[in-house]
Formats: sequence, C-alpha cells, structure tokens
Amino acid sequence: MTTETAPAALTTRPPTTPPLRERLGDNKVLGFIGRLIVQRPMGAFGAAICIVLLLTGVFADVIAPEGYNAINPIDRLKPPSAEYWLGTDQLGRDLFTRIVHGAQLSVIVAFAATSLSIVISAVIGITSGYFGGRFDMASQRVVDGWMCFPDLIILIVAVSVLGPGTWQVILILGLLFGISGSRIVRSSVLSVKQNIYIHAAQSMGASTLRILVMHILPNVMAPIIVLFTTRLAAVILAESGLSFLGLGIPPPAPSWGGMLSLDGRSYMFQAPWLAIVPGVALTVAVFGINMFGDALRDMLDPRMKGVGSGRYVAAVRRDRPSSRQSTGGTAQ
Amino acid sequence: MGSYLLKRVLALIPTLLIASVLVFSVVRLVPGDVLDLMLSENDYSASSHDTRADLEKALGLDDPIYIQYVNWLGDIVLHGDLGESLWRNTSVNQEIADRLPVTVELGVLSLLIALVIAIPVGVYSAIRQETLGDNLGRSFSIVALAVPNFWLGTMVVILPAMWWGWSPPNTIEPFFSDPIENLKVFLVPSLILGASLSAVVMRMTRTMMLEVLRQDYIRTAWAKGLRERKVVLRHAVKNAMIPVITLVGILVPILFGGTVIIEQIFRLPGIGQLLLDSVSNRDYPIITGIFLISGVMVMVVNLLVDLCYGLLDPKVRYDD
Repeated sequence: MTTETAPAALTTRPPTTPPLRERLGDNKVLGFIGRLIVQRPMGAFGAAICIVLLLTGVFADVIAPEGYNAINPIDRLKPPSAEYWLGTDQLGRDLFTRIVHGAQLSVIVAFAATSLSIVISAVIGITSGYFGGRFDMASQRVVDGWMCFPDLIILIVAVSVLGPGTWQVILILGLLFGISGSRIVRSSVLSVKQNIYIHAAQSMGASTLRILVMHILPNVMAPIIVLFTTRLAAVILAESGLSFLGLGIPPPAPSWGGMLSLDGRSYMFQAPWLAIVPGVALTVAVFGINMFGDALRDMLDPRMKGVGSGRYVAAVRRDRPSSRQSTGGTAQ
Repeated sequence: MGSYLLKRVLALIPTLLIASVLVFSVVRLVPGDVLDLMLSENDYSASSHDTRADLEKALGLDDPIYIQYVNWLGDIVLHGDLGESLWRNTSVNQEIADRLPVTVELGVLSLLIALVIAIPVGVYSAIRQETLGDNLGRSFSIVALAVPNFWLGTMVVILPAMWWGWSPPNTIEPFFSDPIENLKVFLVPSLILGASLSAVVMRMTRTMMLEVLRQDYIRTAWAKGLRERKVVLRHAVKNAMIPVITLVGILVPILFGGTVIIEQIFRLPGIGQLLLDSVSNRDYPIITGIFLISGVMVMVVNLLVDLCYGLLDPKVRYDD
C-alpha cells in the first residue's frame, strides 16, 4: 500500500489546504511538470494529448492549408489513402483537413466558453460566499432553480432562442456551466473567509473589492483551476452534442459533433470512416483533458481527490444537511 | 419524518416559482416569431385569422408578458393545465403524456443497467484493489467517460447494419401487451446510455468503498472474525452507498439530456423528439411544459434521494 497511487484515506494531509504557491514548491513550473510525470504518468499522457490538441488548433492552417470546405465532387466518399489520409466525405472534402480545423473550432469554443463560465462562477461564487446573508440566500435559490433543469434541455431551449452559431454556443455554454460551477467556488470561499488574514484585512480597513480580489480570489484559485480543466471536457462534449443535434455550430463549420450528425447518417453506411474518425478525435480529446484534469485536481486540491469529474464531486460533497449528518463518521 | 417531508415540499415552492419564471421568460425572449412562422406557412389554425393581430389575440399572445405568465401559472396550479400547443390544436398535457412513457422507460432502464454494472464492479474494484479486475474496471470507466454517447449510439446503428444488415427495431409495443418486444426496442439504447452513466457511478463506488474500508468499524468487523462477505456487504457497502445515492440524484438531469440524444439516434418517439420538434416550430407552450416537467421530475428525484439516506443510515434524522 505504499505505491504512489495510495488511496485518499491513507494520505494524511493537513486539514486546511496550504495556498497553491506553497504546494507547487520553489521552482513552480518545472517542479510541477516533474511531479506530474513521476507521480501521475496518465496525467502527463493526458497533458501531452492536450498540448497536441492545442497545437493542432493553433496551427490548423499550417497543418492543413487546403481549407476545410474545399469541395471536390470527383473524389466523393473516397476511403483513406495516401492522398486523403482519412478519406473524404460526401462532398469530396478531405476528412483530415476537417478534423484538424475541427480541433481548432473545439479549442476556440472550449477555451472561450470555459473562460466565460469561470468568470461567471467566480463572480457569483465569491460574492455569494463572501457577503452571505440575504444576498447569498437569494442568489443560491436562483442557482437552485437553474440547476434543476437538465443541461441539455436548457441548451436546446437557449439555442432555439438565440439561434445556432459559434458565438451563441459559447455564450450559452459559458452561462450554463458558469452558474452551476459557482457552487464549487462558493463553498471554497465559505471556508477561506473564516481565515484570520481576511479578518486582518477587514480590520485594516481594506475595501471590500480589495479583499475579494487580493485575498479571497488567490486563495480559491486551486478549485478554480480544477474547475477550468474539468469544464473544458464538458464544454467540448456539450458543443459536439448540440452540433450533433443540428443546434450547435451550423455547417459547413467542421465541428466534430456536427460531422457525426444525423444529416450525414446515410453516407456513413457507405463510408464508415465518416462516423469513426470524428468520434475517435472527440474521444481522444476528452480522454486527454479528463486525465490531465484528474491529475491536476489530485495535486492541487486534495480534498477532491479521486472522486470522478468535478461537477459530481462538487455536488456530492456539497453541504447537504442530511448528508453532513450521515457521513459525519466517514468523511475525513 | 412527516414534518420533514412537509418542510422539504414547502421549500420546493420558491425554487419552483423561480424555475417557472426562468422557464417562462427564457422561452419568450424572442416574441412574435411563431406568428411569422405560422403566417408564412399558412397553417390551418392561422388560415381563419386574416391579420397578425387576430392571430396574436387568438393565441393569447397579445397580453403583456406578466399577464401571460400569471394566466399560465394559474392554469398549472389550479387545473394542472400546461396550455395548448400553438400548432397542433392539442393540449400540452396530452402531447407530453403521449411521449413521457418512452422517455421514462428509457431513462429507468438505463439507470438500472448503470447501477447493475457499476455497483458490483466498483465494490469488487475496491476490495481487490490493484488487481487485474480492478484495473480492467477502472480502464472501462476511464474510457466510458470519454466516449460521447451519441457517437457510441451512431456506431451501434451503423456498424451492425453494414456487417450483418441488422438494425435496431423501433416500433414500440406497449410494455404490458408484449413486454419482450417492448424490451427489444429499448435494450440497445438503454445499454448505451447505461454504460456511459455506469462509468461515473463505478468510480464513485470504488472511491467510497476504499474510504469506508479503512474505517475503524470495518477493522472491528474483521477483528470479530466476520467473513469477508459480511464485512463487505453488511458493513462497508451500506455505508459507501450514501454518496452513490447522491450521485444518482445528480445523474438524473444528465440522464434526461442523454435520452434526448439517444431518442434521436434510435428514432424513439419520446420527450426529446417532441422537444426538438417544438423548438424548430417555436411551439412555446410545449417547450415550457417539457422544461417545467423535467425540472419537477429532477426535484422529485432529489427529494427521494434525500429520503433514501434515512433508509441506509439510521444516524440520519429528518428533524432539523
């Protein structure tokens, strides 16, 4: 039981998590990368996938200069070959080119929507947690109301209001994940604001804004970073799901989900690579982000160790009166 | 217990009210579109109304939005009436009632399959940590978390059709007249949805079991000389299940979303298809109805989840 993957219960950690900076050691970045590779090889593998995805996205035009919508009717539905590495679709467009540009689209949507959601989560979570009282009550009831609805149903309805399109999808996904993520930030704020240094700042007469930005925010960065990585994968999956239903990013944009959509179904029977390739791309991307996110979570936020992706953890560990009583003997 | 239940139900009311405002206003952010759509398509219900204003009045869309809200909410609270479809001249209640059984059956079957796979494998994984079985189980859950269920569904529709000319059946017999034929239709879609849900449950079960197995009372149970069966099943599993039950509550909305996608792939006439049709027609009453029903279902499940804690853990008392 002394392997590096010792279970949560065996690793004794101080009850209050030290700030992010301390845990990363002196040489922050190098030390972190080193520990990631040694302690969490799967996480490092996931990080490698993320880097490849990112680079593919950034250099899409260099890797596949053809253009994702270059139609070539003579070469319709060609199987993978030396000329078309991954084959062509029903319009004779090179699938490899479309996958590469799809990576770009996924990266853009994922980063934009996740960043937006993190900002929303941080603003709602920090203000609601810090001010408490009636404001907290009111905002948490709205979050409750919002969170009773299935994500996909909110997404479908919202897209129907705003219309399909890249910006609409980013906006909606950002809002959706932002509101649900605010819970995680809020619960961290609730414990951070009990610290002496917050009281010290208050008694020194620091302005509220200063306390929120200079004292609270840096100390809830660990859960925010973890939230960011887990949301990236969720955003990619949600975007592809919407595009799959024909409600996300409209064609001819090369969304991986859109390539799998029902419109192309009839061609997939003749050309199975049309169904296989985008799915593999999606799976690998999500897999890589998940692995990296898990490793990051274990290293940055030990309280959440090993309990699946962030949203489930947050919600399960959320302070429910009844579960708090019941797990009194087992948790921690 | 009774007063706890009452309190919980009363506490749902403000949440429901906020939810209903969200539902009602979000859906109506772009007003008038349905009128344009109806007039341009010369729908049967539009043909008797010459002008846009007539049509607006006939559909009750000419009142200010807060009046519309009060009317809508009043009908729901007083008569349980979700309104009339703008397109089909049928009641929303009827439309939803027709479709709901398909979605519920798909959802319940998927959840059952997920739990039946996940809990035993998760428990086994934890009591035989770092063995081949554990690693296989964990690998499965890692992969299943990454595979989008709509892709899995698409592959299941396409590959067998290519190789053996088999395609999943989609004419639904009512469950009570022909359960076998009925289950044949639902089996494959539920397996796909269940597999992707099971990954999360499996991980949670394993983690919680690992945590519980290191508690003092488990050591005591071992020290008493109890057999492994008894230690695991009676002492460990029961305690590890509490967070898993919470997780199931969280999975229900995700499951609902999953059924929308799976229904599309397998062409099952459930709520998901109704929703997508209504969205493309901007049939607000149906959209709001589905929206609200899904929210209420999630709330009810969460309430049931909270009540389940008491069954598993006698320490839980519902008296605060």
